[in-house]
Amino acid sequence: MPLVTAADGPVRRLTAVDPAAHALGLRPGCLVADARAMVPALRVAPDDPGAERALLDHLADWCRCYTPRSAVDGWKGGAGGEGGGLWLDISGCAHLRGGEAALLADLRVRLRRHGFDNRAGIADTAGAAWAWARFGEPGDPCLPSGGHRQILAGLPVAALRLPPVVVTGLARLGLKTVRALDAVPRAGMMARFGPCVGQRLDQAWGVEDELIDPRLPGAAHCIHRAFAEPIGRPADVAAGLLQMLDRLCADLEQARLGLRRLEVTAFRLDASRQCLAVGTSRPSREPRHLFRLLEEPLAGLDAGFGIEMLRLAAPVVEALDIRQSSMAAVSAPADGESLEHLLDRLGNRLGFDRLYGFAARQSHWPERAVRRVPAASPASADARWPAAPRPLRLLAPPETVDVVAPLPDAPPVLFRWRREIHRIASAEGPERLSGEWWRTSRPDRDYYRVEDEAGRRFWLYRDGSYRADGPAPRWYLHGIFP
Amino acid sequence: MSSIPVRSPETLAQLRRRIAALEAPEGQENHAVLPFGVAEIDGVLPWGGLPLGALHEIAATGGLDDGAALGFTALLLGRLACRQDKPVLWVGDRDDLYAPGLASLGLPSSRLLMARPGRGLHPHWAMEEGARCRALAGVVGEVWDLDGTAARRLQIAARASGVPVLALNRGAGNAVALTRWRIAGAPSAFPDDEGGGCRWSVTLSYCRGRGVTDDGIVSSWLVEWSDETHRLRLAAVPGDRTAPPKGRRAAG
Repeated sequence: MPLVTAADGPVRRLTAVDPAAHALGLRPGCLVADARAMVPALRVAPDDPGAERALLDHLADWCRCYTPRSAVDGWKGGAGGEGGGLWLDISGCAHLRGGEAALLADLRVRLRRHGFDNRAGIADTAGAAWAWARFGEPGDPCLPSGGHRQILAGLPVAALRLPPVVVTGLARLGLKTVRALDAVPRAGMMARFGPCVGQRLDQAWGVEDELIDPRLPGAAHCIHRAFAEPIGRPADVAAGLLQMLDRLCADLEQARLGLRRLEVTAFRLDASRQCLAVGTSRPSREPRHLFRLLEEPLAGLDAGFGIEMLRLAAPVVEALDIRQSSMAAVSAPADGESLEHLLDRLGNRLGFDRLYGFAARQSHWPERAVRRVPAASPASADARWPAAPRPLRLLAPPETVDVVAPLPDAPPVLFRWRREIHRIASAEGPERLSGEWWRTSRPDRDYYRVEDEAGRRFWLYRDGSYRADGPAPRWYLHGIFP
Repeated sequence: MSSIPVRSPETLAQLRRRIAALEAPEGQENHAVLPFGVAEIDGVLPWGGLPLGALHEIAATGGLDDGAALGFTALLLGRLACRQDKPVLWVGDRDDLYAPGLASLGLPSSRLLMARPGRGLHPHWAMEEGARCRALAGVVGEVWDLDGTAARRLQIAARASGVPVLALNRGAGNAVALTRWRIAGAPSAFPDDEGGGCRWSVTLSYCRGRGVTDDGIVSSWLVEWSDETHRLRLAAVPGDRTAPPKGRRAAG
């Protein structure tokens, strides 16, 4: 049964057709109603550009096992329905697969095995490759180096990635082939169709540079390793990673850098990939330590049908001077001796934001007097804390308590907190604390340190003071004393 | 094996020493201890103090807001950190520990590293990682339960590295830890006593190598923390403190 997709909207037009529908004469762009009239048994699926794009992204990522520079071509709106495609910049990569033709053949066979009918072209420029992939001879996808100009000249103007409006305009002028277009003076074209015609021609000839923007920015420090046979056993993956880590760390040492973030990407046989990442609290280039950090995420690595390539990248690096390694360090057991290693292990498992220390802040308000600092920051001098007694736990937010106080300004004699009544044996206070006037308009707080009859000690405060005309101020429990 | 005359006191003492040697943190050359500085407590502990390289349990019977257990733990940690000039790791359960209060018990904030496992993550793992790291002076973990396996793992890690692990345990204890303490707040003497130190009733409810008394505990003391000298000392015997509050309440 022929299958087509159609976009939603007031006028529904076909966006893509399958080979069966194509054979019946359906083309992208025709109305759904017309198509249904022509082929009553037509299946129309809703167009989903998001899913299409996601699939292309996914494929572009998979193509990174051929080249690190792969990108999605988001071109839309060919008259013949040519949608987007993939760019692969294989400069310097073809020899790894036995030449351009072999690389392309391998890529096409594997894409077809995954169920993607495909066309491809290799040329000196991106524009020429695009044209040849769509309008060239499928049997000969590789344009000879330097010969693209003659071959391209015979193709229709649509091969130049021109918008459909321009293509029809050119056709009306009788300019049907690239050769004819190239012979016309540029100035007239510019006046009539804008700069796109000249630009596309220059891009196809290679006069103007065209950069493709790779999907994943290439890290400066990056190691690839392709395996002759796909690997799947955790021990094999670990051994491969350890060797790659050694090389990466040697590279970093040469550059006097240490990495703060390490990414491992596993490219699986079924065109999917999995990415693992760990961070370090300080720049590091110790393979064993980094490998220990990776051990836990590695347990979650799903090898699937096998991993054919591993990529190790250090996207975030920082300067790290060369330190002479001592003999003792070499002979010391690898089991975490240093604090940095411990912080890295804890941070990667718990999250670095869950690892912290305390530092003082200039404020009388108890909850603002302490700030958190990252645990990895160098140990500061001891903070200066207020001389008055402070609790061990500071409840956030303070919890309201019901109190009984004999006099408005006296400390309470009993209070109820969490449904439990505490009779106060002794109280110390008040200690009056004011918030910063520029920050808060809260009233002053009168803090009392109280002890109940069981010997438990608490920090209570009264929010504001008694006024004859206002409501009674509330009492709060703010802290627990030892 | 020769037959042993059971009643002989020397033999008994000898046997006790042998058992203590067997049960002590073995495989360690340095039987380092942390003395409390209170002769009465140190005398009861067979090691003359709290042995490092072992798991100790501090029962927080009052739940999360048990200030006394928390204070005792902070005090021990502070002494550990300052003696060795190394940081300590606190595997917390909530974010509300207050650094000024810890500092007043001798645990400076520059020596304190906090780790707070999120939901669904056990603190045991972080505690064990800390216990293996010799760059730490000590590890404390606030745990809701300490099952035998986790406790044994912590004990082994601590023994291998010499880093003491304190488990601030809110659940039931088990016999893996070398010592178990129960701390309760005690009415302090601060209205009439200058200094205003806090008092705790410290109960050693289990200690390996020591039998328990009829009450089911090893020993119990009333201690006082002095803010001025930053030392623990035995408090004067209470008894004159129970009557006055009642009288005051009746008056109020």
